Amino acid sequence: MSSLPRPFDASRIPRVDAVGIDERAASLAKRSIKKKSKEQGIRLAISMLDLTTLEGKDSEGKVRQLCQKAMHPMPGDPTIPSAAAVCVYANFVAVAKDALGASGVKVASVATGFPAGQVPLPVKLDETRRAVAMGADEVDMVIDRGAFLSGEYDRVSSEIRQVKEACGDAHLKVILETGELETYDNVRKASHLAMAAGADFIKTSTGKVTPASTPGVVLVMLEAIRDHYLETGRRVGMKPAGGIKTSKQALHLLVLVKETLGDAWLTPDLFRIGASTLANDLLMQLVKESSGRYQNEDYFTKD
Amino acid sequence: MARVIEEASETKPRPSAWERERPALEFGSAWDYAPAPESRDHVRLAERYDLFIGGRFVPPKSRKYFATINPATEDKLAEVAEAGAADVDAAVKAAQEAYQRRWSKLKPAERGKYIYRIARLLQEQSRELAILESMDGGKPIKESRDVDLPLAVAHFFYHAGWADKLDYAFPRKTVSPIGVCGQIIPWNFPLLMAAWKIAPALACGNTVVLKPAETTPLTSLALARICQEADLPPGVVNIIPGAGETGGALVSHPGTRKIAFTGSTEVGKLIQRATAGTGKRLTLELGGKAANIIFEDAALDQAVDGVVNGIYFNQGHVCCAGSRLLVQESVIDTVVAKLEHRIATLRLGDPLDKNTDVGAINSKMQLDRITELSGYGESEGARMYQSSCKLPEKGYWFRPTFFTGVAQSHRIAREEIFGPVLAVMTFRTPDEAVEKANNIPYGLSAGVWTDKGSKIFKITAKMRAGVVWANTFNKFDPASPFGGYKESGFGREGGVHGLRAYVELS
Repeated sequence: MSSLPRPFDASRIPRVDAVGIDERAASLAKRSIKKKSKEQGIRLAISMLDLTTLEGKDSEGKVRQLCQKAMHPMPGDPTIPSAAAVCVYANFVAVAKDALGASGVKVASVATGFPAGQVPLPVKLDETRRAVAMGADEVDMVIDRGAFLSGEYDRVSSEIRQVKEACGDAHLKVILETGELETYDNVRKASHLAMAAGADFIKTSTGKVTPASTPGVVLVMLEAIRDHYLETGRRVGMKPAGGIKTSKQALHLLVLVKETLGDAWLTPDLFRIGASTLANDLLMQLVKESSGRYQNEDYFTKD
Repeated sequence: MARVIEEASETKPRPSAWERERPALEFGSAWDYAPAPESRDHVRLAERYDLFIGGRFVPPKSRKYFATINPATEDKLAEVAEAGAADVDAAVKAAQEAYQRRWSKLKPAERGKYIYRIARLLQEQSRELAILESMDGGKPIKESRDVDLPLAVAHFFYHAGWADKLDYAFPRKTVSPIGVCGQIIPWNFPLLMAAWKIAPALACGNTVVLKPAETTPLTSLALARICQEADLPPGVVNIIPGAGETGGALVSHPGTRKIAFTGSTEVGKLIQRATAGTGKRLTLELGGKAANIIFEDAALDQAVDGVVNGIYFNQGHVCCAGSRLLVQESVIDTVVAKLEHRIATLRLGDPLDKNTDVGAINSKMQLDRITELSGYGESEGARMYQSSCKLPEKGYWFRPTFFTGVAQSHRIAREEIFGPVLAVMTFRTPDEAVEKANNIPYGLSAGVWTDKGSKIFKITAKMRAGVVWANTFNKFDPASPFGGYKESGFGREGGVHGLRAYVELS
């Protein structure tokens, strides 16, 4: 077999009917998740969290506090799982690595000129290598949406391949920024392009553009992952991010995964939720399930 | 994979390399939904229901009562009066009197007010009625809650609006009512069918005698109670449960000026014979064997979702169910694989559980018929796929099923099964698809799936079916007419076309 990557054939990508996909996503939103399944689902969602801070005002202090929250979301209750990862800018990878120590919580770094991706390729590759060298376990890259929308699929594909190579052993999450791709057909196309180019995860959004992770977009990407798996046998992970604030949304995401990809994807190894404020709502609902009442928000730490 | 080969015993056939490594999805219970049953607490269920004649609940002259059961548990829900010939006569007379003395003399806007009032009461009691519908008929609560009830309410609201605007529906004509309408409805959408029949009849100034199906009379009788609460003049709506004989008496009663029937083609033919030469107006909405056509250029995931919705909705007890699937040969393997995955996630069980996708089969009789007909599928050589879901111990259940390798000449491709059973066939060209889709005595509905707009117009125009959906299925609206071609019946229900069946024009 040739080692050269095959050119990306956009005409082979399945079409998406917008009305149909929205209907299916909405019908799955009606699943009633109560009692034991709610408690289990919330615990699962906590273990899948990529706790995120991506702001210009981020500082060492802020990142250390976030790391503490990721390791012990609910101080005093060791039964609550830790989050899957902490997601930060490359500047804070070393700090996060140090703060998280041997806790098992991963460090994810955004890279490649996040969030717009409008920097020269060598800069993107250099940023990726440095983030990994500083200890990032995972790299969240952005695709060049401008190139994608002007049909330069091979350029986008080649960039992803080179970033993947620069990642070495680090896992690569490819952010499609679906809000800028606009149509479901584009989302489906970009998903396949990213997976074929070597993405370990595909991710909806940077969190800097709205709309971000809508149920329809997530379902389109999950269906792309399913078809990629059935065709190649490779399981690619999924990470919705942006605008996910409530337990209800998180549980709906798990329903979408359960009924599209099945059991194998219901693990932090293959499904993550990128969020900055979701954790406390999950904790609040969890306490409500055991105590029967909602607690004051000040019982949950704001980090 | 060498390890696997070493371990394989000599006697067992070794799986081929492809079978061994073929990626498979597993829809198990890594994280499952807890039971989420809708509470039955606020359903008011009487032990015994009488006939609703002349605005009152009266015991039947027949003195007969029959049991209505919950098909999911086989428990008796209540006893219901069975209308005999004398009861039918009393009901028709009450309707005649109400027609002559009150209803036909009322100002149209006043008629509209009553219908609006029924709509609002129905809306207010939606929750209770949805639960009752699921208990009596076996359909999933999410369907009775999200489809049957909202649509029934919408039909009353829509037709209430027409009551004083009939002159605009039929310009340059004089519009007058017909008189007493005898209406016979089936068990698959009990309350919704009652709404489809009663709302346009009342809006046009007629009075009605309605016979609900013997397995699902409870929501019609709840509607009778709502008519009382709405202060509807006595006799305008009469509801008389019973079986075939009651229906026969209603059809042949000289006092009924119009018959509207929804049900099987077999009974439809009997009714047409019985009304021939009597001068009675007749509309029939009968069986179907609708084809969904999937072209290779369709959005296949959504097409499969639509097909699944088209056949497994309401356990396939839908006259317009998409029970035949025609797939272009180039995508048949993909479509079958997707269908297999989708039925694996369908949740069958307690109709009152909010997460149930497929409920109970309506009756033992219907279950036997579905079992018999799907038996022919296998014996005639088609390949059967069934979901592996567990069936409850009591009640009537049938797994979501589809057959591949089906030919036009198979019985499962010809006869209406009225259950969750899909026959999958293939075609090569658009002309072949159209020919196969139309090659059936029925013509109620059809579906076309393609991403190409021009193809939608070209193909749908050639379909011999009353309703043709494109890239969607089972969409209903009171403003849109519904009805069949060929042996699926005649006359339309809904929209301006539907009003035509309930008025005299001169």
